[in-house]
Amino acid sequence: MSGFMAILKRDLHLATRQGMDNMMVVMFFVIAVVLFPFGVGPEPNILARIAAGVIWVAALLASMLSLERLFQTDFEDGSLELLSLSPITLEVAVLAKVAAHWLTTGLPLIVAAPLLAVLLNMNAEGFPMLIVALLLGTPSLSLIGAVGAALILGSRRGGVLLALLILPLYIPVLIFGVSAVDAVIGGFEANAQLLILGAFLMGALALCPWAAAAGVRQAIE
Amino acid sequence: MLHRFANPTRFLRIASVVQPWMAWATVLLGGAGLYLGLFNSPADYQQGNSVRIMYVHVPAAWMAMFCYSSMAIAAAVGLIWKHPLADVAAKATAPIGACFTFLALFTGSLWGKPMWGTWWVWDARLTSMLVLLFLYLGYIALVNAFDDPTRGTRASSILVLVGFINVPIIKFSVDWWNTLHQPASVIKMGGPSIDASMLWPLLLMAVAFTTYYLWVLLIRIRTEIIANKIRIARLKQVHG
Repeated sequence: MSGFMAILKRDLHLATRQGMDNMMVVMFFVIAVVLFPFGVGPEPNILARIAAGVIWVAALLASMLSLERLFQTDFEDGSLELLSLSPITLEVAVLAKVAAHWLTTGLPLIVAAPLLAVLLNMNAEGFPMLIVALLLGTPSLSLIGAVGAALILGSRRGGVLLALLILPLYIPVLIFGVSAVDAVIGGFEANAQLLILGAFLMGALALCPWAAAAGVRQAIE
Repeated sequence: MLHRFANPTRFLRIASVVQPWMAWATVLLGGAGLYLGLFNSPADYQQGNSVRIMYVHVPAAWMAMFCYSSMAIAAAVGLIWKHPLADVAAKATAPIGACFTFLALFTGSLWGKPMWGTWWVWDARLTSMLVLLFLYLGYIALVNAFDDPTRGTRASSILVLVGFINVPIIKFSVDWWNTLHQPASVIKMGGPSIDASMLWPLLLMAVAFTTYYLWVLLIRIRTEIIANKIRIARLKQVHG
């Protein structure tokens, strides 16, 4: 556990020292969402209808944007090899890095989401559910993304490749995340969707660290 | 048993015997299936002649999932036992599987236009097949993304196993969700609910597609082994 905390602290320190880097992800998120009113027109009803979907898709892309650097820098300067030699299990180390990734990108996205929901004229009843669904969904995104980030280590043109590998696996989270918000706005219960999102999170939490650690191992072999 | 076939030389010897049989089986069974399906089976009382798309569409969709499952098994064998031929087999299966998936989606689209009135619907079965196509394409991209080919096969084997989650979702999507796509009518509890005159050509085509897959797979594996030999010979020349 102390090893987990140490790696988490290290990654958070590194992230805060780099300052603007994390803000850029949030800025990308905001700009990507703001493009939609220009693209589909400023009609409030249409924007309100697509708000949840647009915010979720933009969150997906934004959280993927920073994934490439999850292991890349550590891979290049050799700290990943040291981590694998240390007494901490690699799976735990991966989990700590994922937690740091979520705290530095997932959480800021969730903070920014209500503001964007206002801009898109989303029905106010959906706001709490949007936050809850993002809180349950974005950790799964970071976990699944870690697998892809580990697999592309040392490949040519990693970033584009990462999108190709990870986005298909993000689709289930997207479907249930959006449908939870839409259900509440439509006046229905969203318990089922939240339970499924929670199940995805539990499944990802159990399986993804292993797959990502296997990816890291074959990369530094 | 597993390691008996790990020897590429022995494999090549067996493959050169099996391959022509597969080719003939594909031609004969495929020919018979197409003849029965296109000329000698009844038109559907509702769908008319467009029901004949089924004889290509359904086997292609089966093969799309069969290829992915075989890839997952090959990838697992390659990762666990470091079986060299399993890695090659997984790599050789991917483009074939991607083509079957595309064929299933394409013929489905052709079939959907007259029946459902649209080329494409965002229904669970169609969407999960589309995701399967993306998984195949991601695998092919990852396998070729490394300068060191063994890294490519290793990384993409892990990806195949992660993506395998999609296969049961495709299989059961028509039961879990209320969709436009019809539920299973051949492989289900209580026997097939499809008439024998249509079932026979369908099964013939399915076997023909499988032998076609094995035929092309053998060709691809042999090419891959030979390409490896050439690569090693070149390296030897360079290093003298």
